[in-house]
Amino acid sequence: MVPVSYYILLSGVLFSIGVLGFLIRRNVIVVFMSVELMLNAANLAIIAFARNIGSLTGQVIVFLVMTVAAAEVGVGLAIIMMFYRNKKSVNVDDGNLMKW
Amino acid sequence: MDLSLMDINWRVILPEITLAVFGFVLLLLEAFLPKDKKRITGHIAWIGIVLSFLFCLNLYGTQLSSFKGMALSDNFAIFFSFLFLISSFFVILQSLSFLKREEQVRGDYYALILFATLGMILMASTLDLVVIFLGLEIVSISLYILSGFRKKDLKSNEASLKFFLMGAFATGFLVYGIALIYGSLGTTNLEKIFILIPLTETTLPGKDFLLYAGIGLLIVGFGFKIASVPFHMWMPDVFEGAPAPIAAFISAGPKSAGFAALLRIFLLAFSSFKPDWILIFWILSVLSMTTGNLLALWQTNLKRLLAYSSIAHVGYILIAFVAGGNSAISGVLFYLSIYILMNLGAFAIIISMGSKDREGTDLFKEYAGAGLKNPFLGVFMAIFMLSLSGFPPTAGFLAKFYIFSSAVKSGYLGLVIIAVINSMISVYYYLRVIVYMFMKPAEEDIKPVSIPFSLGLVILVTGIGILAFGILPQPLLDLAYNSIF
Amino acid sequence: MIDNIWLVPLLPLLGFLINGIFGRKLGKNLVSWIGCGSVGLSFLISVKVFFELLSLPAEQRIFEKIVFPWIYSGFFKVNISFLLDPLSGVMLLVVTGVGFLIHVYSVGYMYEDNGFSRFFSFLNLFIFSMLMLVLANNFLLLYLGWEAVGLCSYLLIGFWYEKKSASDAAKKAFIVNRIGDFGFALGVMLIFWTFGGLNYTEVFQQAPSILVAGGGLVTAITLLLFMGAVGKSAQIPLYVWLPDAMEGPTPVSALIHAATMVTAGVYMMARCHILYELAPFTLGLVAVIGAVTAIYTASIAMVQNDIKRVLAYSTISQLGYMFLGCGVGAFAAGIFHLMTHAFFKALLFLGAGSVMHALSGELNMQKMGGLKGKIPVTFWTVFAAVLAISGIPLFSGFFSKDEILWKAFSQGNLLLWLIGVICAGMTAFYMFRLLFLTFFGKSRVDESIKSHIHESPKIMTVPLMILAILSVLGGYVGIPKSLGGGNNFEHFLSSVFGEKEMIIHHSAFTEYIVMIISIGVALAGIFFAYRFYISKPELPKSLAEKYNFPYRVLLNKYYVDEFYFKIIVNPLLKFATFLWQFIDIRIIDGTANGLAGMVNWFGGIGRKIQTGYVRNYALGMVLGVILVLAYFILK
Repeated sequence: MVPVSYYILLSGVLFSIGVLGFLIRRNVIVVFMSVELMLNAANLAIIAFARNIGSLTGQVIVFLVMTVAAAEVGVGLAIIMMFYRNKKSVNVDDGNLMKW
Repeated sequence: MDLSLMDINWRVILPEITLAVFGFVLLLLEAFLPKDKKRITGHIAWIGIVLSFLFCLNLYGTQLSSFKGMALSDNFAIFFSFLFLISSFFVILQSLSFLKREEQVRGDYYALILFATLGMILMASTLDLVVIFLGLEIVSISLYILSGFRKKDLKSNEASLKFFLMGAFATGFLVYGIALIYGSLGTTNLEKIFILIPLTETTLPGKDFLLYAGIGLLIVGFGFKIASVPFHMWMPDVFEGAPAPIAAFISAGPKSAGFAALLRIFLLAFSSFKPDWILIFWILSVLSMTTGNLLALWQTNLKRLLAYSSIAHVGYILIAFVAGGNSAISGVLFYLSIYILMNLGAFAIIISMGSKDREGTDLFKEYAGAGLKNPFLGVFMAIFMLSLSGFPPTAGFLAKFYIFSSAVKSGYLGLVIIAVINSMISVYYYLRVIVYMFMKPAEEDIKPVSIPFSLGLVILVTGIGILAFGILPQPLLDLAYNSIF
Repeated sequence: MIDNIWLVPLLPLLGFLINGIFGRKLGKNLVSWIGCGSVGLSFLISVKVFFELLSLPAEQRIFEKIVFPWIYSGFFKVNISFLLDPLSGVMLLVVTGVGFLIHVYSVGYMYEDNGFSRFFSFLNLFIFSMLMLVLANNFLLLYLGWEAVGLCSYLLIGFWYEKKSASDAAKKAFIVNRIGDFGFALGVMLIFWTFGGLNYTEVFQQAPSILVAGGGLVTAITLLLFMGAVGKSAQIPLYVWLPDAMEGPTPVSALIHAATMVTAGVYMMARCHILYELAPFTLGLVAVIGAVTAIYTASIAMVQNDIKRVLAYSTISQLGYMFLGCGVGAFAAGIFHLMTHAFFKALLFLGAGSVMHALSGELNMQKMGGLKGKIPVTFWTVFAAVLAISGIPLFSGFFSKDEILWKAFSQGNLLLWLIGVICAGMTAFYMFRLLFLTFFGKSRVDESIKSHIHESPKIMTVPLMILAILSVLGGYVGIPKSLGGGNNFEHFLSSVFGEKEMIIHHSAFTEYIVMIISIGVALAGIFFAYRFYISKPELPKSLAEKYNFPYRVLLNKYYVDEFYFKIIVNPLLKFATFLWQFIDIRIIDGTANGLAGMVNWFGGIGRKIQTGYVRNYALGMVLGVILVLAYFILK
């Protein structure tokens, strides 16, 4: 059996990729996908822990997190659409009206 | 599955159920009501709030627990539910005339406010990290939509997008934090965590780092929610871009909900780790109040100014986490109650001063001379600003004094000195609002604005509340003191 | 009646509410009746209460009345409650009495103003706040009154907010005061931290046992409280707001910036005398700051031409005397001077207001002169006040000022005493200069207003006359023993300050000598003023012209006068101008502005972080995450 630490390491790497993606990419959709990657990294960690502890709670938590992620996708894409309609752009850096 | 084995008491979540039912009804009404009838949606919304409030009132003092501690009705939960419901009630009152002016009277707007309120109540009345997370997401997702409610307005779009992206980003950290805590302790129940932690340190030395990282990530996640520096940057932009009632809402309810969760997590579950995290809260507190106040000095937009002021107030409230103890917790409850009143009142005045074509600018210069033309607005704005700056005999002074003195009592004199210096700096920009309203000549000939009944009511009630609690704080203090978990 | 002491502050509060809410609809007559009536009634109650207090035996003259519990929660108990003892009794009479007279005067002075009802509601609010400050029996309530009087002062200085200078002055006053209040707030916090409570009785009873005399803690507490007093009572270096505060209406200057609010610092120190007596270092500092402020601002007053500014600097200087008194431990003498000063300085301001009233708002003394016969009531009352403040024997200021100087001398503080005496001479000089320039000599009034110079109406002159009587007779409550009096005032206050049997180092004869010296110095000041502004009115002007040519000046035929002028007065005048021009405006204002600028600058840098790009916001957050995690790892 693969030890739990491998899973955690993998999830940590995925999470970091997500964070870096958020910082580096400019396309709003890709930025948003990076956030999803972060959430899924967390899911992976929870599943691995749940298996390690031997309880079902973790798996239920993952379902809840997935639901939340789905809701976020629903709302998020709508917001991005709205932004695109008014700005004709999906570049995050174009949202720069308000500062200081 | 045998349901009787499960620990279920529906009465505990009756306020939440009421809000959900009313929210769904409003969504349906939005779909099926003809346009000229939609006015009633706002009234249905506040009736739902009042009903939920009555159920909460009925629960006060029951100390029930249900769904294995995932929902409970201790006084702490009920106190916060009161706060949320009252602030949502005021926000709905503000929105009645605001939406009418915008010609955007819609049921889904109110439905989202009810859902957000539901999420906040969940956050405060649970002992489970996962439920806190769920509640937080319900609040956040509703707010993402609400802050982009002015669909044609570029600033509103941008506010919504920024809020959404940053919020989702913060959620990532929060979930990961919960994952790490679950992994290292095997539970997400706060009470169990509190019991387990002393054992963990001896039996699971290797997992210490996961636990600490989890705590750190929780601080980040909630730090975002309450907008503490350096996790605050979304807030000024969202305040500036979002419709004024929504900005008011964000500053009142969700922020308090974040504090409710933080209080439970750090002063209950991780209270035995206090020596470990106290320095972080000390730094967050100093950073928040200093940054908030310094940056507020430069603002020319009133909503943005209130955003920075809000960040500064977070710094003051965080002092209580450093101080700890019952007096600090009750100090937070008192502070939040007062803060909600003064902020909602100030925003109600901002809404009254706006007009459809000028919506979203809220520049200082638009307020020049306005206090003389509208003495009602001017006098109450002065009260709110004085209270925000912590000037006696307003309640804002007592709120500050109470938290500061609890910190002095616990021996954190240095932090209090920084806080007092900060609140002195803050006088300057709060005073500027008053100076603009009363002492600057108007740029053009302004007419007195007409104040709709619902807005006038909000201003009057919040303003009188601030003065009354400044002079007779005892009932509220008692309530706060009895509401400690 | 003593049980109903709460009526005293309540009445002005009611007046404020009624005038504030319905003022515009009530009409000016009703507004003035409510405004004056509420303060008048509370004055009558104060008198009654005061006599009830007097009828009690000395050791029972402390009375506490809990009105209602304010904060009662866990670790923290504070009441809205009042403390009546001889000290607050005296303050009560001064505040309501002088306040009432100024209210009445204002009816005439402000009658033409559009903001008549607003003015009276603010005045009433001020009286209420001041009474809360004076009557408080705990530090929190004191702080509340302390801040509230500051707020009223802000509102009233900026009363004519259309004038930019007025609203700027108001802002300056408020912000400078907040600097002092910051220290005061910290002091209160420190008291709470030390004693676990804020009640006077609690704190003062425990003080000797908890605090080490001369220790760091008590020094810190008293210094912080003193910082508040420096701001509120306009001492070096926070005095800068007071001269600017003259932008407010003259009755405001009389009430707030001469008679009552600015003396709050002295009152507070007298109230906390138990703490101050435990902190000799602070007391020394108080005395030095008081003395330096007194002479420094007196020198500035000598060259001012604006009548209200002369009075403003003079007020600061007199406050310096009171601080000097407190600093040498003569709290009773400080309070005594506070009282007499309230009489004669209020009178001077109101008199100046009456002069302005006669001259259509003229403030420049160079454009006055010869008014003696035209506005006789104003002249004679102001003359009485000038005699009082200059320390002429038999007038009230003589007794109180001399008491302070004598205390300073008898404790061996010769240098402080000397400064005080010189300052007394300067006071006499500038006050008589004011008197001579305004009322004597040839009229220099503009032709356009010359024709309608008129005496003020009765409603303004009667308060002047009453205050004049008080200025003359007010000192007789405290005639020192050496002059055959019983020093009743100090004796009366002794239940607060304790009966201090001062070891008599000096005989009554020394006291006479000291007294005669200060009288002599005062007379010298008057002599110079007379010489320069009456007998040789062209002298100051010609000297001012020749001041550029020192050699020719030496050859001048007014050799003796020139000599005096050159050696004593001129360097002093020059130094004073230098102080005023350079230190006052450049350094002190500059520092205040500089500090504000620095804070602002940091804000300007800081806000650049908020770039508006989501990715940068996220970067900020990630940095936060890294720091938090790094802390947990490295710990």
